[in-house]
Amino acid sequence: MLTPFQYLLSGIYLTRYILYSRHELLLFEALQEGLEEEMERDLRVCVMGEDVGHYGGSYKVTKGLAKKFGDLRVLDTPIAENSFTGMGIGAAMTGLRPVVEGMNMGFLLLAFNQISNNCGMLHYTSGGQFTIPIVIRGPGGVGRQLGAEHSQRLESYFQSIPGIQMVACSTPYNAKGLMKAAIRSENPVILFEHVLLYNLKERIPDEDYICNLEEAEMVRPGENVTILTYSRMRYHVMQAAKTLVNKGYDPEVIDIRSLKPFDLYTIGNSVKKTHRVLIVEECMRTGGIGASLIAAITENFNDYLDAPIMCLSSQDVPTPYAGTLEEVTVVQPAQIVTAVEQLCQ
Amino acid sequence: MKAFISCKVLDFPGGKVVFSPEMRFLSESPSVYSQCYRVLDDNGQLISHSNFVPVSEEVAVKMYSNMVTLQTLDTIFYEAQRQGRISFYVTSIGEEAINIASAAALTSDDIVFPQYREPGVLLWRGFTLQEFANQCFGNKADYGKGRQMPIHYGSNKLNYFTVASTIATQIPHAVGAAYSLKMDKKDACAVTYFGDGGTSEGDFHAAMNFAAVTESPVIFICRNNGWAISTPTSDQFRSDGIAVRGQAYGVRSIRVDGNDALAMYSAVHSARHMAVNEHRPILIEAVTYRVGHHSTSDDSTKYRPANEIEWWRMARDPVTRFRKWIEINGWWGSEAESQLRSSIRSQIAERAEKPPVNDLFTDVYDNIPSNLREQEKLLKETINRHPKDYPADVPI
Repeated sequence: MLTPFQYLLSGIYLTRYILYSRHELLLFEALQEGLEEEMERDLRVCVMGEDVGHYGGSYKVTKGLAKKFGDLRVLDTPIAENSFTGMGIGAAMTGLRPVVEGMNMGFLLLAFNQISNNCGMLHYTSGGQFTIPIVIRGPGGVGRQLGAEHSQRLESYFQSIPGIQMVACSTPYNAKGLMKAAIRSENPVILFEHVLLYNLKERIPDEDYICNLEEAEMVRPGENVTILTYSRMRYHVMQAAKTLVNKGYDPEVIDIRSLKPFDLYTIGNSVKKTHRVLIVEECMRTGGIGASLIAAITENFNDYLDAPIMCLSSQDVPTPYAGTLEEVTVVQPAQIVTAVEQLCQ
Repeated sequence: MKAFISCKVLDFPGGKVVFSPEMRFLSESPSVYSQCYRVLDDNGQLISHSNFVPVSEEVAVKMYSNMVTLQTLDTIFYEAQRQGRISFYVTSIGEEAINIASAAALTSDDIVFPQYREPGVLLWRGFTLQEFANQCFGNKADYGKGRQMPIHYGSNKLNYFTVASTIATQIPHAVGAAYSLKMDKKDACAVTYFGDGGTSEGDFHAAMNFAAVTESPVIFICRNNGWAISTPTSDQFRSDGIAVRGQAYGVRSIRVDGNDALAMYSAVHSARHMAVNEHRPILIEAVTYRVGHHSTSDDSTKYRPANEIEWWRMARDPVTRFRKWIEINGWWGSEAESQLRSSIRSQIAERAEKPPVNDLFTDVYDNIPSNLREQEKLLKETINRHPKDYPADVPI
């Protein structure tokens, strides 16, 4: 029991917490803030990529950093994705903690060799002699009519590379927390950002925090069905969830966040509760994150399932430019509602 | 006169360039190939008026001894492969001088990003025959824990980064390391080795460009040995070799006789001085010949004449040439020679303990993640259930 004084005090703290100890920012600013704080905290942290310097990055994630930390620590590189990624790997193996920006995730396919053959392997093949504490990050996902190359979901390509950890951010809070955790990790981490989420607004804590790189995020607890999603699809799912609640369903929404490895603890607990799983992803259907999730869930929790797992993914096509075609390439909220209704029949 | 009148300058973001009314294309190749720096002739005689960095007797003798040891090392492992005891091997025959002389001209603080034909650098830095054997045989004591194919050595202690099979990927790593050294204001440089074939990779070109732009202390050493497996340099590029490309990227460069240990030592020594003190990259093209096959998976007599190989092996042998020079100096004689040859015995324990199954799952990440723990558990259960299907000498 609290004394009246303690009660009053806790009330003050609570009010301060709500009113003062948070600040509002956009997702790209949250990423920038995380990066800036880590660069202040640790002199080994540096940034490299195309136009990351005085220009501040194509989505402004490195805005102001060159001015503050100098253009050696915030290095504008010539255009050669494979080689600036290689440069980051070399710098990481010799003591720095580089954050490499791919101007657009799709372009990082040009760096696939360095990411898979070198970044993912050298720690292992050297017998643990050399570590590669690098963060590779950039905007990806289907934007608004950006055409095939600028609308890629590379997590499906990268997921089988051993030695690489993958996380996808979806809110200003987790964007900052994941950025900071990725920089502090001794492993190579690929941080996926989504082009359409950069301007999301949220009040986030002033105090220092990080997010766990291997943890899923409970977005909405529920009872009827587990919906697993990540990145931008989280918002399509939440939009569908409103409709579903109105229709009398109580879906549990989990943002899996860690794309490798999966947080099978959180996912498993949810499956054991709801016995039904719907996966909603922006990834392509074949060989995507959803396919790997289905495999992991059936292997581990098959006995708890009352219905086959359903998975809604993008079509297996290069993302077209025309708005009408683009829209039907990715999953839409109405499909999510229908799928849940079908699952819960 | 006409040219003078029209001499106006175009000031554009790329710099100031002078206009010319003459339509003149740059030639695709120079009329004369760029010269090759050389100090010792084929008989080990110092070429008069040559300009080189002096080498002490102690260093020269160590260089020679190391070159001979490298040859012995190659003989032992090449034979081990032929006997089926290891899966693969690559010799450095014909390129001993590039290996040892470049290593001798560096300091142990210089960070090496090798390809796979530079084990001599490790040897120079003190890697023992047993340490080489541990890697080639995949022993438990291998620093790589038996995870890489032979010749892919790596030693954190000796600043020699683990070899990756992918061609040229180490070149941008060296630029990254040089950038790191520059940031730490360290008195050292990064050094990377690659072959003539490797210069066709995008990573070579981009790394040269990066190093120039970032003004990073890195020495690029190209072993132009004439062959990329079966592909001769005439099918690999049409430029006058490698050194000329440096200028196009704004990188100071030199072409050296790679079979002249003294020239190689001098060039690398000077390159290091410029790289470290002037914060600039340097490109060295060491002209040589791959006397051995590309690897044990290759028979090079199928695509090049045997007498060509023989000529390089006998007449242009870098080890013999350097021996002649140290003999002329009175630093070496037949007694020392026989003593050296008999002292390099194969003191190699091949049947050493192999890595345990645990080592399969460590070092993929800093800590073993849940998915790998699960896979490790399943594997161990399977081995315990069917022990006959698995080798008995591998600790679980």
